[in-house]
Amino acid sequence: MHALREALAAVKRAPLLTGLAAAMVALALYVLGLFGLATYNLRLALSAIEERVEIVVYLRDDVRQSEIDLAQNELSEIPEVARVSYVSKRDALARAQQDLPEFADLFSTAEVNPLPQSFEIELRPGARNQEVVDRVSAAATAYPFVEDVRFGREWVEKLFTLRRVGAATTAVLGAAFFMVAALIIGTALRIAIFARRDEIYIMRLVGAKNGFIRRPFLLEGALSGLVGGVFAWLLTYLSYRGVYAFLFAVAWIPTGWIAVGIVAGMLFGVLASGMAIRRHLREV
Amino acid sequence: MIKLTNVSKEYPKRGYALRDVSFHIHKGEFVFLTGHSGSGKTTTMRLVHMAERPTSGEVRVTGFSSELVSSRDVWKVRRRVGYVFQDFRLLPGRTALENVAFALEVTGTSRRDMMSRAQRLLSQVGLSPKSGALVNELSGGEQQRVAIARALANDPFVLLADEPTGNLDDRATRGIMDLFWEINASGMAVLMATHDLEIVRRYTHARVLELDDGRVVYDSVTAA
Repeated sequence: MHALREALAAVKRAPLLTGLAAAMVALALYVLGLFGLATYNLRLALSAIEERVEIVVYLRDDVRQSEIDLAQNELSEIPEVARVSYVSKRDALARAQQDLPEFADLFSTAEVNPLPQSFEIELRPGARNQEVVDRVSAAATAYPFVEDVRFGREWVEKLFTLRRVGAATTAVLGAAFFMVAALIIGTALRIAIFARRDEIYIMRLVGAKNGFIRRPFLLEGALSGLVGGVFAWLLTYLSYRGVYAFLFAVAWIPTGWIAVGIVAGMLFGVLASGMAIRRHLREV
Repeated sequence: MIKLTNVSKEYPKRGYALRDVSFHIHKGEFVFLTGHSGSGKTTTMRLVHMAERPTSGEVRVTGFSSELVSSRDVWKVRRRVGYVFQDFRLLPGRTALENVAFALEVTGTSRRDMMSRAQRLLSQVGLSPKSGALVNELSGGEQQRVAIARALANDPFVLLADEPTGNLDDRATRGIMDLFWEINASGMAVLMATHDLEIVRRYTHARVLELDDGRVVYDSVTAA
């Protein structure tokens, strides 16, 4: 109770300083918020592209229906495979006529349907990586009646390289932003505590216990983190609305991420205050 | 009450501030600690207050040994030892009453008792009429009285005063010294560091300990 009263009294006594500390916390977390927004949308974009990773297995014309059924069942049983759809020659023609209307005449006048029958293999989410694509393609190629297997090797390779680069960049940039935010928050709270070093000194002088001295500062750190976190959330949301309205459609970050951001801000606040106060407690 | 046994204090850059100092201050004694600047007075006071630990030897204060008290438990010593500085060290922007009440609050006095007790302490030091004044509006002598009231907040056994009259004029100095004598008359030991020999000569019945270059060179008790 005393800790809360003192923490609030400190805000009242030096509103500019505590406001400044909270503003610095807010800005530091805002940078993290923007980074989170960018990362989240990048991940969504990559996932959308990944969903288009599909293996097409072209079959010879002379294959028997029983062989098609057997191969379809066997390929479906591979754990990473979500679905194997059979596309007959007729279906392929109909699709081509619909998708490529400029060649409609060519398709309708041809005496023989030139398009092959095929399987379209869709992989499960999380299994759309190069290793699985290679493995499933190899399994399909093993059938003697398979003429060709296509999955846009170059495109898939590029996509996965992009993913790896994206993950590494996110990790490195994320760690850098995180450290910068921690440093800014730490400095802001150290300044706020430094301004009250006389109080700490006198508390030690007259015999206050360390825990008693520390608690209001820790609480103040948590409050700065909370207020800063909420402001950072609002700023990030405003930026999101701005980008959405004036630049391009983006998705808002999940609530869990926001909660983690605010809790991290509070923890930063408590930790930074705890470290700063420790130094002062050693002085007297 | 306060016992220093073969105490030496060495600082990494400055070298020895105290060398093999031993003395014993009993309950209710009034002791002047004198010596030139740099003779080791403040270091002695800080050691007694356990703001620092000796490099060698032992400092015992009201039953607590410098060898045993951890930094965590130093508050126990502080509540038995009041401390007054030359520069008062009050909290600016707060009233005299708030400054005294602050010391009571942070040592766990209930909010109900705090204000009445702070008021009593201020009247003890003769500052009752100015309890509501901001400390930066008070004269040096008045500020020192607030600092003394604060030092008395926890009913200490001993009062340490480090050059408490150093920033005061003659009249204020006499007022503060009279106050110290009153406090001492109530049974509290007073250890006052001063380089002002005029004060030491004026109060002839106090014990005098003189330091020079970190050593005790004169003790009026043993010299007598």
